[in-house]
Amino acid sequence: MAMRHSVVLDSRRCRGCTSCIKCCPTEAIRVRGCKATILPDRCIDCGECIRICPHKAIKSVGDSLDVLGGYDYCVALPEPALYGQFHHLDNIDIVLNALLKIGFHKVYEVAKAAEMLSDFERQCISADPASVSPLISASCPTVLRLIRMRFPKLMGHVACTILPMELAAILARREAERETGLPPEKIGVFAIVPCSSKVTAARESEGLRHPVLNGAFAIRDIYLRLLSPMKHLDSVEPILSSGIIGMGWASCGGESAARLRERCVAVDGINNVIRMLEEIEDGRLPEADFLELSACTQGCVGGCFTVENPYAAKMRLKSLMKGQPVSRNRFLFEGTDRDIVRRDKELQYLPTFVLDQDLGAALSKQLRIQELESHLPGLHCGSCGAPSCHAFAEDVILGRASEDDCIFKVRERMRSMAGKEEADDYLPPPFRRRQAEPTKR
Amino acid sequence: METIRLVYPVEGGDLIEAGEASSKMKLTLKKLGLPQDVIRRASICMYEGEINMVIHADGGQAEVEVEMDQIVIRMIDSGPGIPDVEQAMQEGYSTAGSTARELGFGAGMGLPNMKRYSDEMTIDTEVGKGTTVTVKIKIPQ
Repeated sequence: MAMRHSVVLDSRRCRGCTSCIKCCPTEAIRVRGCKATILPDRCIDCGECIRICPHKAIKSVGDSLDVLGGYDYCVALPEPALYGQFHHLDNIDIVLNALLKIGFHKVYEVAKAAEMLSDFERQCISADPASVSPLISASCPTVLRLIRMRFPKLMGHVACTILPMELAAILARREAERETGLPPEKIGVFAIVPCSSKVTAARESEGLRHPVLNGAFAIRDIYLRLLSPMKHLDSVEPILSSGIIGMGWASCGGESAARLRERCVAVDGINNVIRMLEEIEDGRLPEADFLELSACTQGCVGGCFTVENPYAAKMRLKSLMKGQPVSRNRFLFEGTDRDIVRRDKELQYLPTFVLDQDLGAALSKQLRIQELESHLPGLHCGSCGAPSCHAFAEDVILGRASEDDCIFKVRERMRSMAGKEEADDYLPPPFRRRQAEPTKR
Repeated sequence: METIRLVYPVEGGDLIEAGEASSKMKLTLKKLGLPQDVIRRASICMYEGEINMVIHADGGQAEVEVEMDQIVIRMIDSGPGIPDVEQAMQEGYSTAGSTARELGFGAGMGLPNMKRYSDEMTIDTEVGKGTTVTVKIKIPQ
């Protein structure tokens, strides 16, 4: 089944400018017929294309708040990145109380679940020294998909835990069922998330066979609705139930900090993450115990659904944390109940980049790709709609493009037909072999 | 039988950049869908070979041949050559200079590691002319 990505293209706005194809870390975008198209098998929902598109044609859509109408009792699960979005906010409870004014009946903080996960992780560390080293954090779904696609060897290094928002959903639902006595289908649990990747993860979990969320809303969408109720609250009930550790998960390094004595490496930004995974794959960082990897700059505060710039959001979160307890939540489950934080399905390898399942066929395709690539200009101009000459050669051999899509190939053919030696006249200045003498005045 | 040939120049003098060739090769091997273990062993051999060429021979060239049943990696340099191959193969023996050692290289594990992670290894060397280290890694059928 094809994945239901949350990154989508608005073809009315797209002008086929090719800005996005080069920033995609998995080479998942091609321009065809003046429009960008996303190869769904390759998209990891990192949001890089959303950030770079000059025409705002690539978007990510969270669920519409209308879905709340389908449930009698709705629980909001705000990610801690939400708290850092507001100017002059000095009390997180104002945000949490305002959530109760826009259609939610209850708030269950994702930071609270994150804190339990941190406690669980600490218990694991002291119970038995890690069997694999380094352990890789399982908290960023984009990173998980990247590993499944490009670093299958490292799948065994990924922590066994589910996402904080998933644990929050499970616990919030239990609590709501107990408190209201309503049947499960009448209760909706919804995450308020900083990125497209978590919207996709709410629909199709990386670690759970059955999704535990009823939907996910973009922080950006919720933000605007919160502003007015935040100003007009009659009273502010104390709802906040997470501490510094839980809220810390919103920025890269927070999860690591909670692991206390371990040697942790916290890496943010998808390209930095890729570089780090390559090093780990080659065993070049043997001293690290734990790797925290966030696809977005500065971690979740840098998600493409946030309002504020990541650095400002991080600073605000820090000042909001001041005076809060270090942690308010422990992981107190016993016996088989402890499995509540574990994945119930293994990470599966996604052989998206493999040329052919049959080695012989793959070898012959690779040969043809190399042969074709050796005749391409190597300018990576993007005019063919592919991010690089190599990607284009792959597209041609795999049947996704025709050799004539390369403007230089066509020109070569025209030249041989016309019998002319020089055809620089047809080319724009960057591609001309001979530079015209600058005209003197 | 079809053979893929990949050629990577290895720049001398730059220990920081060493590893480029093995990264690039790894990407291609992944696209061929080779077993993870084969890819891992090949890239370790390539990386060790690259470091050796940078430290001792001011760079050189890495040539890779991928066939249905094996990967052959040749690390070719025109450096000083190895006077005593048997000694060079001993774990912990290294002639690396102080700069390389300060950077954490020169532990004398390069050639031994290449041998450990490959199925076959040969060293052709002539003092004053250069060295070619060839490793073969079998692909299980």
